[in-house]
Amino acid sequence: MSSTSVRTDDAPRRRPGLLTRMIESRNGLGFLFMLPAGIFLLFFLTYPLGLGVWLGFTDTKIGRSGIFVGLENYRWLFDDPVFWLAVFNTLFYTVFASVAKFALGLWLAMLLNRHLPFKNFFRAIILLPWVVPTVLSAMAFWWIFDSQFSIISWVLMRIGLIDQPINFLGDPWNARWSVIAANIWRGIPFVAISLLAGLQTIPQSLNEAAAIDGATPWQRFTKVTLPLLTPIIAVVMTFSVLFTFTDFQLIYVLTRGGPVNATHLMATLSFQRAIPGGQLGEGAAIAVAMIPFLLAAILFSFFGLQRRKWQQGND
Amino acid sequence: MASVTIDDVRKSYGAVEVLHGVSIPIEEGEFVVLVGPSGCGKSTLLRMLAGLEHITSGRILIGDRVVNDLPPKDRDIAMVFQNYALYPHLTVAENMGFSLKLAGEKRPAIAEKVRPAAEILGLAHLLDRYPRMLSGGQRQRVAMGRAIVRDPQVFLFDEPLSNLDAKLRVSMRTEIKNLHQRLQTTTVYVTHDQIEAMTMADKIVVMHDGIVEQIGAPLDLYDRPANLFVAGFIGSPAMSMIPGTLAEDGAFAAADGTRLPVGDTGTARAGQPLVYGVRPEAMTPGGSIPLTVEVTEPTGSETYVVGRMGGTAITGVFRERITVSPGGTLPIGIDPAAVHLFDAASGQRLTR
Ligand SMILES: Nc1ncnc2c1ncn2[C@@H]1O[C@H](COP(=O)(O)OP(=O)(O)OP(=O)(O)O)[C@@H](O)[C@H]1O
Ligand SMILES: [Mg+2]
Repeated sequence: MSSTSVRTDDAPRRRPGLLTRMIESRNGLGFLFMLPAGIFLLFFLTYPLGLGVWLGFTDTKIGRSGIFVGLENYRWLFDDPVFWLAVFNTLFYTVFASVAKFALGLWLAMLLNRHLPFKNFFRAIILLPWVVPTVLSAMAFWWIFDSQFSIISWVLMRIGLIDQPINFLGDPWNARWSVIAANIWRGIPFVAISLLAGLQTIPQSLNEAAAIDGATPWQRFTKVTLPLLTPIIAVVMTFSVLFTFTDFQLIYVLTRGGPVNATHLMATLSFQRAIPGGQLGEGAAIAVAMIPFLLAAILFSFFGLQRRKWQQGND
Repeated sequence: MASVTIDDVRKSYGAVEVLHGVSIPIEEGEFVVLVGPSGCGKSTLLRMLAGLEHITSGRILIGDRVVNDLPPKDRDIAMVFQNYALYPHLTVAENMGFSLKLAGEKRPAIAEKVRPAAEILGLAHLLDRYPRMLSGGQRQRVAMGRAIVRDPQVFLFDEPLSNLDAKLRVSMRTEIKNLHQRLQTTTVYVTHDQIEAMTMADKIVVMHDGIVEQIGAPLDLYDRPANLFVAGFIGSPAMSMIPGTLAEDGAFAAADGTRLPVGDTGTARAGQPLVYGVRPEAMTPGGSIPLTVEVTEPTGSETYVVGRMGGTAITGVFRERITVSPGGTLPIGIDPAAVHLFDAASGQRLTR
């Protein structure tokens, strides 16, 4: 086995400069091309994130730069029942709103994927909740949930189902369900339209083949449509969960976290403590506490998003 | 196996009728090819047979059962789609066994039925692959395998070969024909390719604009086309058609006065506007009819000659090697027994 150097022709050649080598190598070139985006990300994503994390380890207040206090803020939060209530609220809010958005969004997408009269009109209509500014729709809901003038209460009273207005935002559990309802209303278009796009990539002939093979409509849904839709579902629901988990505007307009913190999410509590409350360090710590949850969601979707064996690409 | 009866079937999309009363009898075990130009309603008819399209009026029977209102799964048919419609998330074996699984059969029972079908089609070594890992021809075979496994009363094919390259198409043609001879299952096969129709069919149904032009065995259609449409559609190169009239002496006078021989004149009368039809191979070199040559296309075994005769563009196929250069005149003869006369107005064939 003579593995000794045979590459004598390489030796006399001059070594090219670093830049030349970089441009000629595939990875180097890739690195060069990514550099601008990398710098951009570093400044606009990493810097604020880093600053936030750093603030969480200090006792900074508005108008006074703080000193490093280690895990003080986190120890404090650990013993704070309001913080734990906000964690519970956030999880509750995310789970119920996301599940409902998925189910209703998928149902709507299936409806819109059929041959309906005025199909395009309905497809446009369904985007409305999404294009309306959140603050505006939140204010609309504020009226819908008003303790005196709520249209829901009014209708129910007219039919005679109840005899006094429902206190939507004044009672802790009513308030929780109310903000979830508003979030669902706002989030459905994104889910429905994305899933509709996914549904439209499934050829009609697959459904027809399944029908001939003896599948009932339900079996066609579970055995053909749903499996083929899973890649899209994974993407859409990851985004949906992230949006819901970090929701702020809707809550802030509707309830400001009340009544008695029943609808405080981690995002709203963090803002509440940091800006009106002035405790920047503590607010930052709450925001940082959201990161593990978000990472878990991303990790989950990473595995959910992995190419299935039947999809295009490497095995 | 079952017979199929299509009885005065019509189909409308909204106000537009696309099938205008189609009747086709299909015997048990027969291989019937629906052929016609694009848009004539072949796929629509096949899909109505499969239960994928509603039947506007008329009746379709499979065996002696009217299936008009039966859903696809209760019709006991299997269909091979043009794009194969394989389930991308299932392996070849799962694709083939899908119908059995839906019917609630156990795993071993399914495997027992999938294996022989896979062996017939040469798919045994591909059973664990996903559709995307197969070539077009292999996918086509899996689609057929999925149909075979179901052991249906009727096979339906909608242009199954049109996505394959020319060579593969020829070999799959033979393979499907073999399969039919082996299984003897009633088959309805849609194509727009008349060669496919001629080579595979027991019976050809020629369709055009939502009606049936003619039904018959391949050679019947070739030798006795019912009208100008069938005459022009079946056969390649196409039949040459020369307008003119029958002269008093019984010969055919083309528009420019050229005299062409006629055998039997059938019900054609002198003076009536007619179309003279002659197949390319019914012409022989060395007669008295002048053919002005425009192009000669030697294939080795035969020579195609495109030119003008009686003022009309025609095509002849000769076993001899023709060396007349373009612009020259080739005198040819025509076998009078192979001549067809058509009524120019109705397009119907008048000769016997
Ligand atoms: N869903 C539909 N709505 C309206 N018209 C339709 C519909 N489907 C088919 N048609 C019309 O019906 C006619 C027959 O269509 P069909 O698909 O059966 O043609 P085909 O003979 O299979 O043609 P090809 O060889 O191109 O596949 C066409 O004129 C077509 O435009
Ligand atoms: Mg078609």
